[in-house]
Amino acid sequence: MAADTHTLTIPSSTRFLEDVREFVETHAEHANFSEIAVTQMKMAVDEACTNVIEHSYGGQSGHSIDIAVLVYPDKLVVVIKDKGIEFDRKAYKEPDLIQFAKTKKSGGFGVHLMKKLMDEVEYRRSSGINECRMTKLKS
Amino acid sequence: MSNFSVGFRSSGVIQILDLRGELDAHTASELEAAIQKCQSDSQFHILINGSGLLYISSAGLGVFMAYIEEIRENGGDIKIAALQPKVFNVFDLLGFPMLFDIVDSEDDAIGKFVPSNA
Repeated sequence: MAADTHTLTIPSSTRFLEDVREFVETHAEHANFSEIAVTQMKMAVDEACTNVIEHSYGGQSGHSIDIAVLVYPDKLVVVIKDKGIEFDRKAYKEPDLIQFAKTKKSGGFGVHLMKKLMDEVEYRRSSGINECRMTKLKS
Repeated sequence: MSNFSVGFRSSGVIQILDLRGELDAHTASELEAAIQKCQSDSQFHILINGSGLLYISSAGLGVFMAYIEEIRENGGDIKIAALQPKVFNVFDLLGFPMLFDIVDSEDDAIGKFVPSNA
């Protein structure tokens, strides 16, 4: 079934994360998701965009991130696209909190959190474009 | 303009940080600077009051992770109090209660510091 689509493009700077959260919140609320689900989607998209800014684009501003919210009757899908370097899925390991504290590491929870907050998280890359597709089912 | 701030208060040897607003990858450096200030002032008993904290992402959580060992090596701790339920939920999702004392009120947190100060 065709979805209602809403799009937002932001520059690759953490300054705009607030705008991303507001964008997701607006459309998720409009799609009648529960308050908890809205909060979870906002966070997952924040984490995904933070990863794009810090990893795909290596912290460099001057690039762009395209975010699309697709609203279906039974679910909401968020697609985040960038043209940075590829996310290395093979190198990704589930974080161990105690090990992290010992090594004074401060990052690496983003993908872990996204998977906990959403029903599905998929990464793909084609024609030099990274795509992160996250789905939240309406319960 | 940042939508996050850290207020400093103290209760005896305990340094209380009042977090307000939204803590994300953009504002996490402000929390980092606040914890570094505590360290440089040799204040290692840090109580985070999260009653005004509206949002936290993993970048914010990462700051606590990055400093906790060092603070404990210096005989102190970071204790977290009064989080709003939706913010506590994020700490909980990542298993933070296993690593940090996260309590309902500032008084509870102060009470938890007492034995180690005695």
